[in-house]
Amino acid sequence: MKLIDSPESKVVDPGLDETIKKLTPEKIKRVVDHVLTKENAGRLQMYIDTCVHCGLCAEACHTYLSRDKDPNFSPVAKVKNTLWELVKQKGDVSPEFIRQAARIAFTECGACRRCSMYCPFGIDIAYLIMIVRRICSLLGVVPQYLQDTTNSHAATSNQMWVHQDEWIDTLQWQEEEAGFEIPGVRIPLEKEGADVMYSVIAPEPKILAQLLGNMAMIMKVAGIDWTMPATDGWDNSNMAMYSGDFEIMGRVERLHWETAARLKVKKIVMGECGHAFRGAVYDGPKWLGWKFPPIPMVHAIEFYYDLIKSGRIKIKEKYKEPVTIQDPCNTVRGRGLGDKLRYVVNELCEDFTDVSPNQEHNYCCMAGGGTINCGPPWKKSRMISNRVKAEQLAATGAKIVITPCHNCHSGIEDIIGYYNLGMHVKFINEILVETMERPE
Amino acid sequence: MYEFVRGPLVWLAFIVFILGSIYRLLQIRSQLKKDKVVFSYMNFKYGMRSILHWITPFGAVNMRKRPAFTIMSFLFHFCLIITPIFLLGHNLVWYESWGIHWWTLPERITNIMTIIVVAAGFIFALRRIADPTVRLVTAFSDFLLLLIVLAPFITGLFAYYQAFDYKTMITLHILSGCLWLMIIPFTRIVHMIFFGISRAYMGSEFGYVRHAKDW
Repeated sequence: MKLIDSPESKVVDPGLDETIKKLTPEKIKRVVDHVLTKENAGRLQMYIDTCVHCGLCAEACHTYLSRDKDPNFSPVAKVKNTLWELVKQKGDVSPEFIRQAARIAFTECGACRRCSMYCPFGIDIAYLIMIVRRICSLLGVVPQYLQDTTNSHAATSNQMWVHQDEWIDTLQWQEEEAGFEIPGVRIPLEKEGADVMYSVIAPEPKILAQLLGNMAMIMKVAGIDWTMPATDGWDNSNMAMYSGDFEIMGRVERLHWETAARLKVKKIVMGECGHAFRGAVYDGPKWLGWKFPPIPMVHAIEFYYDLIKSGRIKIKEKYKEPVTIQDPCNTVRGRGLGDKLRYVVNELCEDFTDVSPNQEHNYCCMAGGGTINCGPPWKKSRMISNRVKAEQLAATGAKIVITPCHNCHSGIEDIIGYYNLGMHVKFINEILVETMERPE
Repeated sequence: MYEFVRGPLVWLAFIVFILGSIYRLLQIRSQLKKDKVVFSYMNFKYGMRSILHWITPFGAVNMRKRPAFTIMSFLFHFCLIITPIFLLGHNLVWYESWGIHWWTLPERITNIMTIIVVAAGFIFALRRIADPTVRLVTAFSDFLLLLIVLAPFITGLFAYYQAFDYKTMITLHILSGCLWLMIIPFTRIVHMIFFGISRAYMGSEFGYVRHAKDW
């Protein structure tokens, strides 16, 4: 099989370049065989047999559309250039082929699953790409930055090497900060039997700590009986799910659920993140052999929706700037929260213009699915891969893009910078604390 | 030759088609059982919701994005399945052989339907060549399959209009028709059998598990 020669194929990443040197034909064959025959069964077989190579999935993909319909970027081509070949050759492929497969699967697909809504057979193309990632992960061929987050999950049980003392210290610092705004704000740690355990992703304490303070204010105003764990298990993020290290993925999710069980909470409310929802509610339970999560898990969108709808939080003065929305794949296409998101945004903001296409059909941010975690070497490729997102956002004329997802947040901020859109990205939480009615 | 294709081969074709289809269904069922999530998430309501959306013309966003292709594709599949079943000629043959027959379509209509299948098939082939996106993922086997699917329709037309030698043409027609039936379970045409399963699973995963639409 001829390898693709493109600018992307020349990007330097030790996670791919150095690791393929250690591959032997036997090792590749063994891993491919294991993943194709032991870890996957019916769906893989059905999808390979059913696909009629019609190419109707192409128009679904933001990378294909953004790259002027480059045939190699259609979802089916990404499968052809990776999995079909692995199946056909029964794993008899070169290390360079594995490098190419890793590049395509990790950096050119955000696993957003938009394409599975365009396939007449409902073939889950992102699932096929995840099989490729799994193979690459077992071979140790993973973009270095992404592998580092997985290593962090393995060593510290959180994504960003946050130590326990730093975690507790950050919460106390944010409790103090929030207390200056609204007196009496607490971040209750380890409160057994609370109604709500609030969990976040590790980038919050690491680089966006004010979001924790914001949530403390919202909880105070709404009068919620809540708690956060002081131990490992507070992080609901899961990059191991995207790097293909499902053993670590399962460990992370188990710890998160066990922490909630230990605290005997009625439900988990999670911060504004999409992949964390996917990991906690879908991929984690599946790996652990549970049909559904053991305790209800409420995403921030739904939580805010309930608070506003029930009147526990009242809006004092709506946000004035023109806003639009970035629908995250894992909570809108993955949970149907699009209408609730729009309700919340309309309650908070005066001037909302929707994107087109929207809701389930929104374009991917090209940051989720682990793509942004592949790090700086791949940023330019990601930006070129999402011109349609820039055009879609520019057409709204908004100044602020609201998105309840960390990956979308960083990805859209990158796109705004690269395409000079002159916009900013905000979480709902930032606008909510600005606009909500505070106690006297 | 004619006697052979008219008799034993047709029997063989139907047996291979039916037993082959049952075999593929049983095989995929045992495979899907190993894939733990499939049967636990499969849900009748959401599975049907998805199937109905995708067998309705313009029932999905992707269909509305390419109206010409949608119309052609629906016509192709509809005529492909309906024409041979309700063709007058086929009914006469069945009546002669087995004493069974049912409602038939006027020949004028079935002629048009056959021409639609052939024309759409040719456009599919052209699309595979002309559209770089489809060309990249097209294998030689895709053309071969298309040819096998179209062959009974082309030879049927020739036979009906008595072009070339009738006897040869009708022999080729039955031969290619039998070939077509026999390869259904064992090639990508198996999508005819698997469509409902893959669609129902995706519909269930989107609707039942994820509370979202999949069209």
